[in-house]
Amino acid sequence: MAGVVLEAFIVTEQLTKCYSQIRAVQDLDMQVYAGEFFGFLGPNGAGKTTTIRIMTTLTKPTSGGVRINGFDVVKEADEVKKIIGVVQQHLSLDRDLTVRENMEFRARIHHLGATERKKRISELLEYVELTDCADRMVNTLSGGMQKRAAIACSLLHEPKVLFLDEPTVGLDAQGRRRLWDLLRRLNMDGTTIFLTTHYIEEAEALCHRVGIIHHGRLIALDTPLALREKLGLVAVEAHVNNKETHYKYFADRASATRYVQSLPANAGTVIIRDSNLEDVFVELTGEKVGEA
Amino acid sequence: MLRALNDIYSVFWVDLRNLRHHWRTTIATSLVQPLLYLVAFGYGLGGGISLDGVGYLAFVIPGIVALTALSTSFNGAASKLQVDRFFYKSFDELLMSPVSLYSIVIGKALIGVVRGFISSFTMLLVGFALSPKLIVSPLLVLVLLVSCFVFALFGVLAALVINSHQSMSTFSNLVLLPMTFLSGTFFSLNQLPDIAKALLYLLPLTHSSSTLRAVALDTQFPWLSFVALIGFGIAFFAGCVLALKRASV
Repeated sequence: MAGVVLEAFIVTEQLTKCYSQIRAVQDLDMQVYAGEFFGFLGPNGAGKTTTIRIMTTLTKPTSGGVRINGFDVVKEADEVKKIIGVVQQHLSLDRDLTVRENMEFRARIHHLGATERKKRISELLEYVELTDCADRMVNTLSGGMQKRAAIACSLLHEPKVLFLDEPTVGLDAQGRRRLWDLLRRLNMDGTTIFLTTHYIEEAEALCHRVGIIHHGRLIALDTPLALREKLGLVAVEAHVNNKETHYKYFADRASATRYVQSLPANAGTVIIRDSNLEDVFVELTGEKVGEA
Repeated sequence: MLRALNDIYSVFWVDLRNLRHHWRTTIATSLVQPLLYLVAFGYGLGGGISLDGVGYLAFVIPGIVALTALSTSFNGAASKLQVDRFFYKSFDELLMSPVSLYSIVIGKALIGVVRGFISSFTMLLVGFALSPKLIVSPLLVLVLLVSCFVFALFGVLAALVINSHQSMSTFSNLVLLPMTFLSGTFFSLNQLPDIAKALLYLLPLTHSSSTLRAVALDTQFPWLSFVALIGFGIAFFAGCVLALKRASV
């Protein structure tokens, strides 16, 4: 996104949500830019879904707030609803209806007129490559097809920002790649995307910037490359006695190689590789994603 | 106003589509219980009895029609809404759309009205065929529709407040089942002591069955009961809106 004037599209200020004794989200301050592909990364239970539910008007914050395109998600929820599209983790399709019926329902509740409805539905079926399955019951479709149907449903009213909560959980490799292509295409066509995931490689593959959330707090926010640079772009893994693995990070290969050469001869297997977001996450939290 | 009507229809439309895919089984199963009541109580027990001056069969049929309206409207609205909330999760889509909470409540109740009305009107026709003393009039249809609407709103309220299938069946057994038997459906409230009678007037089905019976048997129309029935409807509607407002906290 170099050379582009960045315009804050989603702004959270001291966003906090408590459920009885648990603080699901704490003092979240961040901005997502218009046109950005933003990834919200964190282990299960980190507060990702809570944050999305607040941003999409389903849950009210305990304190602090969120503005989307300048509109407050609590006080101006009606304005916010017009510009957001949401693909929930659980699809939220009526599985006893056809894809087309689901789309028609969603178009109706977003006030699309009959002609516009018909036009948008066939356009979007084409866009997500489901035209041939339009009249099949949702429960007869594969997981990947159901996800694409859910995305088509969420795009009917031409939202400016699309929220996706863990969109590729449960998909096979092909289904996942195909969905990634669709999301990239959508972002290229101008839709801001806010995606939560606990898959590191997904955030790396898709996102311009990544926010890392842990125990309800934002602990890092930057481009994947910048996050890795802070840690060191090259990682050295030393497997000691086949039991423990020690990690060390270096700015470049030369210094990593020098370090490896300085290790004692009985150090065990040593691997030099590029660092990744998982390294960043582990270093920041002391936990592996998914294990927390 | 036009937008609200349009929204109500949109909310209703998807449930109607759903019903269209399996309407035969849905309607057939809703008739099993009332037909069994009719055979067991109308013929089996009540063959030689008369109540409030009429034969028991003519007395009990409006009661059975009222309880059919209650159970089918309630379950029709509640079960679909619970599925939408917990199984499909598609209810969230309504909450994230520009449709107002009022339109959502009425729209979600309508599928209960349709299912309840089809089943209870079918029972009414069966009853009419069995007991020609009954009078099927436009007023009867109106009272039946109002009853279905009130009970469907009751179902929406229950489905919004009760957060699991387990608790829903507990509610059915502890509240609905006693209500179907006690609300003057199978016996005349005049047989009861005053305190019991007063308590039973706190149940919406009591007012539905007494109004339906009065119209079907052409006795004095109990205006107070009819107003009370509508009052229950308004209370259920308000409860639904309140529950939806609290749901997003």
